[in-house]
Amino acid sequence: MTVASPADIILFPDSYQTVYTIRTEAFEGPFDLLLHLIKKNEVDIYNIPIAAITRQYLDYLDVMQELNLDIAGDFLVMASTLIQIKSRMLLPLPPDEEIGEEDLEDPRAELVRRLLEYQKYREAAVSLAQRELLGRDTFVRDFAAPELAEIEPEQERLEVELFELIEAFRRVLATVPEQTFHEVGAEGLSIADRINELLLLLQGTDAAVFENLFIGSATREQVIITFLAILELCRLNMVRLAQARSFGSILVIPTFLDAAAEAVTEEDLDRDFA
Amino acid sequence: MTSLKSVVESLLFVADTPLTLDRLCSILEEHDRRDISAAVAELLAEYGEGTRGIYLAEVAGGWQLRSRPENADYLRRLNRSRPYRFSNSSLETLAIIAYRQPITRAEVEYLRGVDSGGVLKTLLEKKMLRILGKKDIPGRPLIYGTSREFLESFNLKDLASLPTLKEVQELTARDLLEQQEELPLPGLNVNSTE
Repeated sequence: MTVASPADIILFPDSYQTVYTIRTEAFEGPFDLLLHLIKKNEVDIYNIPIAAITRQYLDYLDVMQELNLDIAGDFLVMASTLIQIKSRMLLPLPPDEEIGEEDLEDPRAELVRRLLEYQKYREAAVSLAQRELLGRDTFVRDFAAPELAEIEPEQERLEVELFELIEAFRRVLATVPEQTFHEVGAEGLSIADRINELLLLLQGTDAAVFENLFIGSATREQVIITFLAILELCRLNMVRLAQARSFGSILVIPTFLDAAAEAVTEEDLDRDFA
Repeated sequence: MTSLKSVVESLLFVADTPLTLDRLCSILEEHDRRDISAAVAELLAEYGEGTRGIYLAEVAGGWQLRSRPENADYLRRLNRSRPYRFSNSSLETLAIIAYRQPITRAEVEYLRGVDSGGVLKTLLEKKMLRILGKKDIPGRPLIYGTSREFLESFNLKDLASLPTLKEVQELTARDLLEQQEELPLPGLNVNSTE
């Protein structure tokens, strides 16, 4: 086992507490969750014990909330539907003369119909996934342009992990000497300016090596601004970061195709952040 | 003298999309449609013998030479690509659209019980879907259907060769039965470890 270097400790002081992930079964939607509960409880779908299932459903939403997961509105709509069905089943039927067709039907019928319908398509999805998929089970000859094949094996991009990106940034930052004097006054280098410089650099190239974009960034401030500019370009979908292989050098690939890419101004940024 | 069969095989080898009979006939205009069809049938039989690393797949209304699914593991090493994956929500949405097309977003969402805008967008970007038009109801919502690329990706000859939903259910019901046979004999306490 290797001993963590001091740099790691400073960068990630509480990594052991925060990095572990909580695994929950991800549900595609309320129907998925309901079917799961029905299966788990081994109950008949045509005779759902609505009180018990509703309680478990709401418990599950509570757990999702505790884990800070965003609960989609669709889950809440289903919760209210369940509660409505439950209350309709508790209420006595109205007097004979007022009974409509709607009252005679089991309050659960509509829900059961939709659940069964959904289950049909979910099974169909499973059978689709079991087919011999192109690109997974069977392949055709690849007709991509040879110059693209270097960076992009097939269309699959190996995306850069956030951790690797931070690590690369840390490496660049380490090469810049710590400034020992304090300088008053703004450098005047803005992220927008740096973005435009980077765009000029990237124009007409297929890709640039991440580290090379920092050439000429002599101070820590400049390095940081360059890094922020790259992140901003990513966010604006103007470049994407990729690696040809894990732990390989990170490539910055421009995604603006025409050379007449619009210059980014402070205003654009402001508007976008607003 | 080259045989028609060898010409057809060369065309299938070089083509970058599945070739339909119509396409083959328009390229091989000096040949009879029936002869071309027979040549394809011969090729299908020869590749079907299972001794070669490629086979002739019937997809998207045509034919395409593809690698044998049994060799998939090795081919993934060649491209160093991760297997192409569809998420559960993508598959669910694709299944609904494949069986129910033409269909609107609202109808997909009713069946799934969940917002599907994002999934539809991704599937459109992956070219699995195409927009068939606009429905003549208030709001003029878009009508979605599956694309030729969908048929190619899922190794389907045409939409009619999708298993019917009833067959799908029978299939999964049988799977469940098979699973049950593997369970311990009735009477044994399954939860004895608890």
